[in-house]
Amino acid sequence: MNDVGVEVALKIDYAGFSLDVDLKLSGRGVTVLFGQSGSGKTTLLRCIAGLERADGRVIVRGEAWQDGRYFVAPHKRPLGYVFQEAGLFAHLSVRGNLMYGVKRLKQAVNDAQIERSIELLGIGHLMNRRPARLSGGERQRVAIAQALAMNPRILLMDEPLAALDEARKREILPYLQRLHDELDIPVLYITHASQEMASLADHVVVLEQGRVVSSGPVNAVLSRLDLALNMGEDAGVIINASIAERDELFHLARADFAGGSLWARDMGKPCGTSVRLWVSARDVSIALKPPADSSILNVLPASVAGVTEGDHPAIRLVKLEVGESVLLSRISARSMQSLGLDINKTVWIQVKSAALVE
Amino acid sequence: MFSDANLTAILLTLRLAALVTVLLLLIGTPLAWWLSRTRSWLRGPVSALVALPIVLPPSVIGFYMLLAMGPNGPIGVFTEALGIGTLPFTFGGLVIASVVYSLPFVVQPIQNAFEAIGERPLEMAAMLRAGPWDRFFSVALPLALPGFLTGGILGFAHTLGEFGVVLMIGGNIPGVTRVISVQIYDHVEALDYADAHALSLLMLAFSFVILWLLYSFRPAQTRRRA
Repeated sequence: MNDVGVEVALKIDYAGFSLDVDLKLSGRGVTVLFGQSGSGKTTLLRCIAGLERADGRVIVRGEAWQDGRYFVAPHKRPLGYVFQEAGLFAHLSVRGNLMYGVKRLKQAVNDAQIERSIELLGIGHLMNRRPARLSGGERQRVAIAQALAMNPRILLMDEPLAALDEARKREILPYLQRLHDELDIPVLYITHASQEMASLADHVVVLEQGRVVSSGPVNAVLSRLDLALNMGEDAGVIINASIAERDELFHLARADFAGGSLWARDMGKPCGTSVRLWVSARDVSIALKPPADSSILNVLPASVAGVTEGDHPAIRLVKLEVGESVLLSRISARSMQSLGLDINKTVWIQVKSAALVE
Repeated sequence: MFSDANLTAILLTLRLAALVTVLLLLIGTPLAWWLSRTRSWLRGPVSALVALPIVLPPSVIGFYMLLAMGPNGPIGVFTEALGIGTLPFTFGGLVIASVVYSLPFVVQPIQNAFEAIGERPLEMAAMLRAGPWDRFFSVALPLALPGFLTGGILGFAHTLGEFGVVLMIGGNIPGVTRVISVQIYDHVEALDYADAHALSLLMLAFSFVILWLLYSFRPAQTRRRA
């Protein structure tokens, strides 16, 4: 791989927790570290930042930050870090917070970089406020801008949206998507929310009890049944598609993908735009005949490619092939039996909702 | 309003309290920082030592300080080797004893303030390229400022009011060790109630105002931090 950006081989043994990873991550795009709490995501990120010390090696874009006994102090690593709850400095204004890091850089940062961070996160009007007078979402945006203004070589984000309510998440997500589109540095992003992963990830690393279970491009990782299992209610897939038709009257857009097309809520993207569709497994139901007179717009022929027991004995996760694309469906074990679903059986699937996430 | 002797005592007391407060902030800050961050087993015993003056009678502290500073005590041997002579019954001796006596009143508020900051702001500062000293001065100190104000005020006020330690260490030398509290004692012994009143009222009013300031200042701080 030519674009290896981050090489991490780390080992920790605490009582009751161990981390043992050996990863090569892309130097471009967003890599989501995915896993349940206690899986070691945050510890891994903190080790890369130097906030915690494990045995092993951390090499970021060709520069060793840790190798054997060699260890670069955390404040000497050219990275940006966004913590889960934005702990801005209470004694400084937003501007003071933003400039805190910039002032400490060895090489001068050009004002354009700072202006761009302010503009990217839309915090220009907040510069003179104190952190106590910001909303949670605004605070998190300042924290992200603070990290970006330093012109870091890598951006580490530890569940930046987890402490926010749904409305605040929706407020910030577009800013994160802009980062994703415009930044040319690698981003390591921790989350356990599949929606966030769906809209941001290029690559996914799935961690479980301190071990890497899977690592690769987002589509490939998400459609694996064994991994989807861990996601429980959040299981779903991402499908790359492009907008083919827009229904102005009903505010819908048709997204074509390899093997079919789906209608989703129109997000104002013009025809021809590449988009991502997030299809949650619980929004996909299965029928043996094409259903008539249903409220569901999206009905597609598919074939069963795999079945696994779900996170509860009553649940089955079914992997379905639609042309070259893969969908997951979360159905009850009873339906499974009454429909007589087997590998290669041809079925009709109804997709209750698909979300355009990009 | 005040006799020359009273004025001398007032000025001496203020000089003592101011000097002791400055010294306490200098000594107390690193000590409080260490206590708030260390995981060493020494944390327990050191905390206990610092807190001792809160529970011990001043005469006990004064007694041991007297022995320590005397010609056979560790401090006395040291100061004699330096050619300063021994410290009991000097202003310097009074300063040292007062520093010990008021230490917990300065260290504890600062330590609490440091502990309240937590690790996160310091980690954030590290992620923004601040080295350890830089983090301390640019983040820990400003965030702990209310603790410093409380500690400084309490240390100053507590030193103003000391009596037992002064008697044991300093005796009663005008202009050198005769502070307000001792002067009041002398006035009462001599049945000079008018002078005793003047000084006592001064102490009472001053202490009240200081504590008033302290307590009206505190809730405002917590409100601002929340």
